[in-house]
Amino acid sequence: MSEGKVFLIFQDTAEARPFINALEQENPKASFDYQPGMVRIEAMGELGMTREVVCEQAGRDVDLQELHLTLISLSGNIEEDDDYFRVVRH
Amino acid sequence: MAKKLNMRKRYELLTRGLGWEPTYQAKEKVFSNESYEGIKITDWSKWEDPFRLTADAYWKYQAEKDKKLYAVMDSFAQNNAHLNLSDGSYVNALKLFIQGVSPLEYQAHRGFARLARQFSGEGAQIACQMQSIDELRHAQTQIHTISHYNKHFNGMHDPFHMHDRVWYLSVPKSYFDDAKSAGPFEFITSVSFAFEYVLTNLLFVPFMSGAAFNGDMATVTFGFSAQSDESRHMTLGLEIIKFLVEQHEDNLPIIQGWIDKHFWRAYRVLGLVSMMQDYMLPESPMSWKEAWDIYFVENSGALFNDLARYGLRMPKHHEVATAEAEHLSHQVWGIFYNYIHAAAFNIGLPTEAKMNWLSEKYPNTFDKYYRPRIEMWREMEAQGKRFFNMGLPQLCQVCQIPMGFTEVSKNDPMQIAYRVSEFNGEKFHTCSDGCKDIFDHEPEKYVHAWLPVHQIFQGNCGGAEIPDILNWYHFKPEDGGDYKGSADEARWKAMKGEASPATSQSNAAA
Amino acid sequence: MTVKCLTGEYPITMMDSVDRFHGNQLVYVGWDYHTSICTANAYPLPPDMPFGALTEAVLPSVLGPHPDFPKIQWDKVEWLLDGQAFTPDMSKSLKDNGVGHKSLIRFKTPGLDGYKGTGN
Repeated sequence: MSEGKVFLIFQDTAEARPFINALEQENPKASFDYQPGMVRIEAMGELGMTREVVCEQAGRDVDLQELHLTLISLSGNIEEDDDYFRVVRH
Repeated sequence: MAKKLNMRKRYELLTRGLGWEPTYQAKEKVFSNESYEGIKITDWSKWEDPFRLTADAYWKYQAEKDKKLYAVMDSFAQNNAHLNLSDGSYVNALKLFIQGVSPLEYQAHRGFARLARQFSGEGAQIACQMQSIDELRHAQTQIHTISHYNKHFNGMHDPFHMHDRVWYLSVPKSYFDDAKSAGPFEFITSVSFAFEYVLTNLLFVPFMSGAAFNGDMATVTFGFSAQSDESRHMTLGLEIIKFLVEQHEDNLPIIQGWIDKHFWRAYRVLGLVSMMQDYMLPESPMSWKEAWDIYFVENSGALFNDLARYGLRMPKHHEVATAEAEHLSHQVWGIFYNYIHAAAFNIGLPTEAKMNWLSEKYPNTFDKYYRPRIEMWREMEAQGKRFFNMGLPQLCQVCQIPMGFTEVSKNDPMQIAYRVSEFNGEKFHTCSDGCKDIFDHEPEKYVHAWLPVHQIFQGNCGGAEIPDILNWYHFKPEDGGDYKGSADEARWKAMKGEASPATSQSNAAA
Repeated sequence: MTVKCLTGEYPITMMDSVDRFHGNQLVYVGWDYHTSICTANAYPLPPDMPFGALTEAVLPSVLGPHPDFPKIQWDKVEWLLDGQAFTPDMSKSLKDNGVGHKSLIRFKTPGLDGYKGTGN
């Protein structure tokens, strides 16, 4: 894994909130840049979330693929399964 | 009860084995486009799906996205929310979008439909089918959203007709024509990788953030709705590149050549976005240069570090594009200041506040090179001699942009860059080393360019005088010219209940 | 390198060959270090037109509004034709001056380097 930057950009909406909060909780070194209508979350090397934390944040059962509804952009290589979603640099 | 399969396994079961070996036609005939570009595929099953989205999940999420978008559009229209814009002049950015970008979405829809038909691997077929449907959805939702503005503002009444004819729209059009007239692997390298993966953040993210900043929530919603598909498309771009270079070593130089070419083609098209971002938004959340640094220099730098192990390097001339980042928007806007009488949107000289913002964002270039130009034009306007370029510009044979770019990377930023090639006894002019390389690689292709200026002189564009040509474009006389004194400004002021100081002036300049 | 195509030879149509311009040829003229005029301009001109008509009749219609234009001393102008320094004979035709179809003529006006010397 290299130390290149990865990012995820989400809409800054209530619907995206569980994903954004999970990223905040699970990636203590990530930076959050709020711009009009959106938030860009950046980290070095890797950025990810687990389903457990997203569900906890949403207060309901969430399918991680729901992030397709509010994800605006990303940079990095995707690794995903039912229980996690992350972007990494190789 | 059997254990639930993991996502990867489920996805494989739902997407593989859908194809079959043809028996009464040769496979090469069924998938006739797959080999002529020289790309060698040894095993399509090695295709790794970037997002493991199955058809049922795809329909569910896309339906959800549309439902949300149409709810926003309805409430936007019911509340006359266009009145909440920061300024009426903002709508000019939308005019450029519907004229220049939405028709590309439709072209992308067609291009990916062809790929879905021509690729013989089922994984790639499905990804291309979904993208084809996505692109059609983008074109439709953009037209629907912007149709609300079309009720109140000029220039948005016939974007697809305009796209096929107008001088500045030949820039995005010719880029897509170039990609679509190439083979399927070049098309996907161009659109999915060079455009979507490497550069699309520069189009959508600042555009939509700019819309949010200027009170245009309808556009924000369609933009972000489209962009939520875009992350899937970008990953497809990255996947295809990795897949192709891993399939056969002979593919690498071909792919690198396409990355070089289409990076430059797409970058030139984005010149229009740079102008929109720095000059057309009344309130700009981010400058072109800042966006370029984040989304190209930093992000693509990391991307190409990842790709180095496949033998790929940064696109040729990327350092020229980075050097130009401090000049690009000023030069493109300058071209439109020269020719706004022949456009279907309005611009105007920047306000003092905007000029100070530009000085701050462009400390090395704005005060030295571009503020004096604007001051000169302001003096001329004050004397009643607003400068319009009454000639027609020399166009680049490849990107088709008026040849106004300068020798920035040769440290001579006020000298226009001229490049020329010869083919078949005729001269062909290009604006940059990037465009000249593209021409020289396939001159037979680019001699076919339909250059709007040359077509006018050949008599193919409705007549010899500017009003004849604008009529042939389906422009109305009030569509172009300066925003100050325009029909849109008067209408905006009336809608806002302000007296228009400009009612006695004529609308467009020409 | 030739264009790869699905079947047969890639066809070539010269979209801007001189015969398509109704007896004219295309000539581009650009004024160096005056980038407020954003590009060189394209003109369809008769090959037999005297070069002098360019400076007297053609260029003023486009470049005339620039404040430097009335100050140009045409005998001091430095010319480039298709990248080579040259001295036009104002009384001779474009053709006899070596100006061909799609030739690029550039000129520099020493001492006049745009608005306040900024190249604009």
